Amino acid sequence: MGNDPMIEVADLTKKYPGRTAIAGLTFQVGRGEIVGFLGPNGAGKSTTMRILSCYLPATSGTARVAGYDVFTQSMEVRRRIGYMPENNPLHPEMRVREYLKFRARLKGLGVAKSRDRVDTVLEQCSLTGVSKRIVGQLSKGFRQRVGLADALVHEPDLVILDEPTIGLDPDQLRSVRQLIKNLGGKHTVLISTHILPEVEMTCSRVLIMRQGRILAADTPENLGRAMSGAHQVVAEIAATEAELREAFGDIPELSDCDLSPAEGDYMRCSVTATDGADVRVQIYDMARARNWRLRELTRSRLTLEDIYVRVTRPESGEDRN
Amino acid sequence: MRTYFVLLRRELGSYFVSFIGYLVIALAIGEMGLCFFSLVQSLRNGTTPMPLVELFFATQFFWLIFLTTAPVITMRLFALEKDSGTFETLMTAPVTELQVVMAKFSAALLFYMVMWVPFVGCALLVRHFVNDPSALDLTTMAGTFIGLFLLGCLFISFGCLASSMTRNQIVAAMISFAFGVSLFVVSLLADQFSAAGGLVSVVFQRIAVTDHLQEFARGIVDTRQAVFYLSTTALLLFLTHRVLESRRWK
Repeated sequence: MGNDPMIEVADLTKKYPGRTAIAGLTFQVGRGEIVGFLGPNGAGKSTTMRILSCYLPATSGTARVAGYDVFTQSMEVRRRIGYMPENNPLHPEMRVREYLKFRARLKGLGVAKSRDRVDTVLEQCSLTGVSKRIVGQLSKGFRQRVGLADALVHEPDLVILDEPTIGLDPDQLRSVRQLIKNLGGKHTVLISTHILPEVEMTCSRVLIMRQGRILAADTPENLGRAMSGAHQVVAEIAATEAELREAFGDIPELSDCDLSPAEGDYMRCSVTATDGADVRVQIYDMARARNWRLRELTRSRLTLEDIYVRVTRPESGEDRN
Repeated sequence: MRTYFVLLRRELGSYFVSFIGYLVIALAIGEMGLCFFSLVQSLRNGTTPMPLVELFFATQFFWLIFLTTAPVITMRLFALEKDSGTFETLMTAPVTELQVVMAKFSAALLFYMVMWVPFVGCALLVRHFVNDPSALDLTTMAGTFIGLFLLGCLFISFGCLASSMTRNQIVAAMISFAFGVSLFVVSLLADQFSAAGGLVSVVFQRIAVTDHLQEFARGIVDTRQAVFYLSTTALLLFLTHRVLESRRWK
């Protein structure tokens, strides 16, 4: 494996009649990375994935996968990708093993090799028990895994999964998540999803899109750090509201505090410090000096969900669907 | 080429494991039975110099077999895959549009030819009872099957084109049904225009499928007609290929 990136997208634009799906997209994905695509519906995630998988042409700009142009060298690209489209279309009348065998042969694997690989992916996706069942009669979770097995059957360098975890129960979700995580390193993975904890748990990098543009691209941790300039600290202290207000007034770093009564004699205080300062020590000292009991002191960090909501929030008066 | 066979096998498989495959065969056998019945009726009324298979084509039910089966055989080819989304997984695999078109066309054509097999049985049955070997010899039978094959090429390739243009199977079936009916009507018009003469009459006669099939049934394989069917088929398949390719036009 070379050091050149797996996906290079430069100034990619796709216009549908009367609508721009993606506008000047530029990003890179390195080999072995697991990258999550996030964004509201209609942000252009699926369109980008369709272009990368050579299904649709771009209006302008270039996209290369493993160094091959998706438009002019589409065959080379298609041999190297495993793509699972949105809604995971399958042939309902075929049996699981038969379908995977057909897909493996279609992707250029020989008879013996395809048999081996089908066995491997059946195992990998926990489908061995249903390999003789008819695809159309399987539950959604199994079908989803058949689609995943199809994407992996020819050992592609790049796996593109468009919302792979829709309709899975928590158990299946966990196993699929683990499966995707295990793909990292050997395969490069690009997944799009709405399920944010999913991305936090599996992806090494996140690209947040809205209206055809990338708004943020970084690791989930870095995004969190960059977004939460003002840290919020939550404390529960046994004191009256007036006393607390007065005491907080003595801490110069505090910019804002919000008090509400909690159970018992406690007040729940949400305080925000300026410049990202950590005021937990000051609050502890304050409570100790006044002999107040303190039963909770935590710093709340922004979850990916907060970041997502913040980043994809329409700027002014735009409709958000 | 290997990809072509992998695709062909799947397409044929989907005919023979699906309800629709057997429905089409049942439909065709039913219609052949009607033809057979009407043929036996006409034989009861007296002798005829016509070869047996030509008699088949002379019955009014015969064209129903073409008009009803070809659209049903071809309607799902592309429309269903587009509708269910499997077209996307198909076209993002390393396959060319040409391989896909040829595999689907030949699977449909093979299925269509299999559908005609019971027809041999009907013919043999009549021959057994008329006690006259000349009523059905090998040349007329071979000519008939060549005719059925060539007509099948035309109808199936048009069905491919219709199916590639839409994601709705019903629409695809209606388009190819309308095409079949028009060809049939043109054949009827050709008879009326033949008296009048002129360019229109020549054109109509060249594309009069019923007349062509009658000649094939007499054991006459005219190269002009073979060229007409094969080149039209090639054109229709080329257009289908272009329709598939247009998805990737900028």
